[in-house]
Amino acid sequence: QKVSVEVLDHLEHLALVDFRDSEGVERLHKAIQFADQLHEVNTDGVEPMDSVLEDRCLYLREDDVTEGNCTKELLENAREKVEEYFVAPPGNIPLPKLEERETFLQGS
Amino acid sequence: AALNDGLRSQVSAALKEGRVAPTELCQRCLALIKSTKFLNAYITVAEETAMKQAEESEERYKRGQPLGILDGIPVAVKDNFNTAGIETTCASNMLKGYISPYNATVVQKLLDQGAVLLGKTNLDEFAMGSGSTDGVFGPVRNPWSYSKQYKEKSVPKSDSEESDWVITGGSSGGSAAAVSSFTCFAALGSDTGGSTRNPAAHCGVVGLKPTYGLISRHGLIPLVNSMDVPGILTRCVDDAAVLLGSLAGHDPKDSTTIQDDFEPFELPNLTDVSKLSIGIPKEYHAPGLSSEILALWSKAADLFKNAGAKVVEVSLPHTRYSIVCYHVLCTAEVASNMARFDGLEYGHRSDMKDSTESMYAATRREGFNDVVRGRILSGNYFLLKQNYEKYFVKAQKVRRLIANDFVKVFRSGVDILLTPTTLSDAAPYTEFIQEDNRTRSTQDDILTQAANMAGLPAINVPTALSERGLPVGLQFIGRSFQEKQLLTVAKWFEKQVQFPMIQLEEVKRHDSGVFQHQKSASFS
Repeated sequence: QKVSVEVLDHLEHLALVDFRDSEGVERLHKAIQFADQLHEVNTDGVEPMDSVLEDRCLYLREDDVTEGNCTKELLENAREKVEEYFVAPPGNIPLPKLEERETFLQGS
Repeated sequence: AALNDGLRSQVSAALKEGRVAPTELCQRCLALIKSTKFLNAYITVAEETAMKQAEESEERYKRGQPLGILDGIPVAVKDNFNTAGIETTCASNMLKGYISPYNATVVQKLLDQGAVLLGKTNLDEFAMGSGSTDGVFGPVRNPWSYSKQYKEKSVPKSDSEESDWVITGGSSGGSAAAVSSFTCFAALGSDTGGSTRNPAAHCGVVGLKPTYGLISRHGLIPLVNSMDVPGILTRCVDDAAVLLGSLAGHDPKDSTTIQDDFEPFELPNLTDVSKLSIGIPKEYHAPGLSSEILALWSKAADLFKNAGAKVVEVSLPHTRYSIVCYHVLCTAEVASNMARFDGLEYGHRSDMKDSTESMYAATRREGFNDVVRGRILSGNYFLLKQNYEKYFVKAQKVRRLIANDFVKVFRSGVDILLTPTTLSDAAPYTEFIQEDNRTRSTQDDILTQAANMAGLPAINVPTALSERGLPVGLQFIGRSFQEKQLLTVAKWFEKQVQFPMIQLEEVKRHDSGVFQHQKSASFS
């Protein structure tokens, strides 16, 4: 059962990562096929498990400032910055739609 | 002291008594790293800082004030742990050139105790893989490829020796190779599906996966938040206990570490195993398990039986679903964890300037390899609204069933489980790359993954050499937070099997001969 082009396009938008070629799409199909084996297992009445430490209380520390003031160190690894700001290209511009993009998915 | 000494038993004593100086030890390790460069175990060698640390250690020894047993001991760290001032790449283009502003908690702990950080070891990109073949710096070569033991048994397939080398396993292959080739006394790895135990088995070293929640993950670049743990690689079980003692314990910076007090321990020399109950899970006789390993496993079970322990067959019925379950949970968490890499605050940034999103997309397109991208996309698929219940929540339910299997078995009176670690000995690189990463991981993680699913401690103990002259290890799985019992049994087993020392050829070994090494009789 193949995944529709719309869903593939949607995934590329959500993940901000591309399938790149038919191999990439095949990889997804195989992954889904593999995951489908889960449905062989009877999980009636079984609660999902988030963490193996679910029987314990999560540690919450006191709301005291213990460290910080490391602006310089944090900015050091950014390629584009101005004063104490990380600089990004303009936002609120949606990615081009499938028809408008140059993507291998168009051919599918 | 020789580079192949046990940390606790020999080197530490030698340092304390002044028979060897930390700077000398460091220099010899650095020289050996250079001469074993062809293994490609290290991504970054931090020569200057290591020597500086060694000098500081030497000062402390001169004053008679060493910080502890790890003072002056050369160690290596897998390149997915943040190290301040030293590049941390995760073997990915995404983080090439990234110099972390902080040390991971485990790294800080090692440094605080005077350990000498030699460098960062190679891995599969972002720790995704079971061969240490898929990083941008190339594959890691198993040191045993260059051992007398392997060469004696192998028929060279081609003129070039170059193509016969075998993989280290993964994803902590660099760390395993570093320890195996004597360039350091201990190394940190990480373990999400077996990434410490698998290469440990293939490289003939001890690989410990601690209980989830025992050791801090702060600074370990995350793969699967609910399963990742820092792993410990050493040449003997006693050394693993030393490392564990210095790393375990609550970290306020990692809220998934338990708050119980942790007491470091020395391992007793167990002589009487009659009170032990060893469980042999029948489902671990997995399809594809080599007859050699099956025989070794059986022999090991007999060893315990003959020594008076109770050895029982047990069942972990959901074992065969652990890989599928892992596949879904792992890709889902990866999809989330990899979202932080967008080029804005650190790491690779694309030149694309059209919009924020297009910059992110281009950055990730350029920065991640196929394996990483594949997992992100699969993960996002399983997390889609229409798939969430069907896949993600379903997998979480299956996870509980897998964890419960272990609970039931341990409740029935079994103390430790004994299983194989890998399906076979290390494959030649040329053969390994015939299959894609996901298929390989699926096959290779089958015996190690369930312990991560259930959060249990597990350890690989090198057991014997295969017919090809390569290491084979066996795995012990223990109860949550019962590392002392687990390691005690592992140590007893290690003593029984007397795994042989690697005889590296083509590599100048620095053996001052001060310490004799028993040529161990092999197990098989």
